Amino acid sequence: MPPPAPQPNVRVVTLTIDGKDFSARADETVIELCRENKIPIPSLCYMDGLSIWGACRLCLVEIVGQGRLVAACSTRVAEGMNILTNTERLQRYRRTIVELLFAERNHVCSVCVSNGHCELQWLAQKCGVDHVRVPYRQVRNEVDSSHETFRLDHNRCILCTRCVRVCDEIEGAHTWDVMGRGSDCRVITDLARPWGESETCTGCGKCVQVCPTGALVKQGTSAGEMVKDQHFLPILARRRHAQ
Amino acid sequence: MNLDDLAEKAEEYRARDAGITHEVRVCVAAACQSGGSLPVLEALKAECDSGGTCKVKGVGCMGLCSAGPMVAIAPKGGAIPDSILYREVKPEDAADVLASVGGAPVERLHTPTDQPFFARQQRIVRENSGLIDPESFTGYVAAGGYAGLIKALSEMTPGDVLREMTTSGLRGRGGGGYPTGLKWSTVAKMPADQKYVICNGDEGDPGAFMDRAVLESDPHRVLEGMCIAAYAIGATKGYVYVRAEYPLAVQRMELAIRKAKRSGFLGSKIAETQFSFEVEIRLGAGAFVCGEETALMASIEGLRGQPRPRPPYPAEAGLWGYPTLINNVETFANIAPIITHGGEWFAGIGTAKSKGTKVFALAGSIKNIGLIEVPMGMSLREIIEEIGGGCPGGKAFKAVQTGGPSGGCIPAAHLDIAVDYDSLKTLGTMMGSGGMIVMDETCDMVDVARYFMEFCMSESCGKCIPCRTGTWQMHELLDRITKSKGTHKDLALLEELCDVVQATSLCGLGQSAPNPVLSTLRYFREEYEAKLTAE
Repeated sequence: MPPPAPQPNVRVVTLTIDGKDFSARADETVIELCRENKIPIPSLCYMDGLSIWGACRLCLVEIVGQGRLVAACSTRVAEGMNILTNTERLQRYRRTIVELLFAERNHVCSVCVSNGHCELQWLAQKCGVDHVRVPYRQVRNEVDSSHETFRLDHNRCILCTRCVRVCDEIEGAHTWDVMGRGSDCRVITDLARPWGESETCTGCGKCVQVCPTGALVKQGTSAGEMVKDQHFLPILARRRHAQ
Repeated sequence: MNLDDLAEKAEEYRARDAGITHEVRVCVAAACQSGGSLPVLEALKAECDSGGTCKVKGVGCMGLCSAGPMVAIAPKGGAIPDSILYREVKPEDAADVLASVGGAPVERLHTPTDQPFFARQQRIVRENSGLIDPESFTGYVAAGGYAGLIKALSEMTPGDVLREMTTSGLRGRGGGGYPTGLKWSTVAKMPADQKYVICNGDEGDPGAFMDRAVLESDPHRVLEGMCIAAYAIGATKGYVYVRAEYPLAVQRMELAIRKAKRSGFLGSKIAETQFSFEVEIRLGAGAFVCGEETALMASIEGLRGQPRPRPPYPAEAGLWGYPTLINNVETFANIAPIITHGGEWFAGIGTAKSKGTKVFALAGSIKNIGLIEVPMGMSLREIIEEIGGGCPGGKAFKAVQTGGPSGGCIPAAHLDIAVDYDSLKTLGTMMGSGGMIVMDETCDMVDVARYFMEFCMSESCGKCIPCRTGTWQMHELLDRITKSKGTHKDLALLEELCDVVQATSLCGLGQSAPNPVLSTLRYFREEYEAKLTAE
């Protein structure tokens, strides 16, 4: 007879997603499980390797028997959960949220350096946003080209704060942060100084790579030329946690 | 220290005023101070014979703020209905006021205390407001203060306190109405070396000033409630989070903390027991969203005041990740009487599911503007028409907004509803923290909705997309409609956005932002439609 098995410190649960059964570790979130099993859930602020932000509200899912929608990124799986990821109601909400983003600032794809490689553009296509029904805000936003290698275009920023989190959590510089309130929020470097004058920026470019849109880009790129590579993030994040 | 020692102390404090038969009380809370009550207090003090049987003192809010500065002449320790009340007193009235002590009231200043505004109230949270000097520790003890804390520490286990809270049926007074006993026992059950108690005094709803009055009139009562909570859940550190726009409340709370500490009712080894509890004040820097518990905790931690997804709830992972109990000012002000008189006593007041009393701030188009405390379950009609005195100038009542920007309006047809947490929900509004803004027939309901949406838009922290951009869009559409430029399509879009923002926002601010629009649409849709232009 083998020696008694050690008590595991995390349990395994089974749950249903869109009618199919899955098993998961109890410390996994719904979005992790969905990504693992190739169940498409749209998201903008969530990123494997960064802390949970829970702000884009695109990954909302329905849990049968629960009134409120929950964000897949900040909800842990539980035994017997019955999750619906793509109901008509969720599709409608997601479409509206993407429309709201397009109307908030100036997302003009045709002249954007990220055209064709933009997560917002891709999401709009996935969610069936063929036009925007709400009024455009039409606010003029600044472009900061003071950094020697990178450029910040507030017109394209969706305030997902991936740049803020990667700079703080992975690079350890905390150059980025958010200032202002409501729709006047914007990302800033140091204490709202031009990026090129930042004393904390290491110039690593991680913020540019994780930016889902054309808000943070390399200097010298033209329309459609900015292709981003985010493969480094999960690897670095895992090494960090292993330490 | 036990209850007898405390009673002895209270007797000793009372004996200091042995020769006094009457008190002349001048309200020194913010509303009366802005009406000039400090010069009145000075004038009365200068005029009063120091060796006589009469004592002049500053006290907390008496309730009828629109009639300030208020002065009351009461037999020592007497309640407001037993006193002679004067309204709009000026420094030059000092001699006349003092001459009326023990005699006939001065007719030109007199306000009857048998009017419904005073007679229909039941004061638990505000039992000391307008009676004791808010800056005096001895005054609070002499009025029976700290008996709840001493009883809890000397005669009850933390488990007894939790059971008493559950029996009382008290629900959170900040708006949500979450059962307080349940919240406390959840935090108490969490195994942790460090736990925190937070008092939420970030009262930001337009037209609400209940918490301010409690903090300004009876700060020790809030501290006592926090102490009892800390004892029950096993916390050693507490924070009072007050908005910086309440400087007087902050000043009096600071003073109260200092005096309680000096007297051994705060700090280490409270009342000679093994229980220790420290309290500090943290100031809010003017963000409405910091009233949301996770944003409030971020603000205390020194971070940007914005909410985070729940769960984990603060009871599990709160301030700096430790289990944290957050309650509203008014909730904490209810604790000491519950411990002193027992949970059963408290549960005997109010309705089946909403126990106790509630403080409401009456504002807007109403005769008696001020603060009232009434048992749960009183009808809106009694509150507005009898206690509030109805709309001034003979105007007809149209609607009352409860719950501020997170609530909704109630039209005249529903005035007979008994006010409690659940009944208001069925009408599409909520209790909120207790602000009631009364609107008369001249009021434009679409403009009311636009105003509240503007408030939510400018107070949105900007973290989640639906609230940040949705409130802007809804405000834009409402603005169009109020300017008679909106179309039927705009109205349909507005309704759709209400649904999206309500269902998808991250925190309570966004989730409840559409409520004023939805409730005005529910009861006054014709006003919206009258403003639409044909496309």
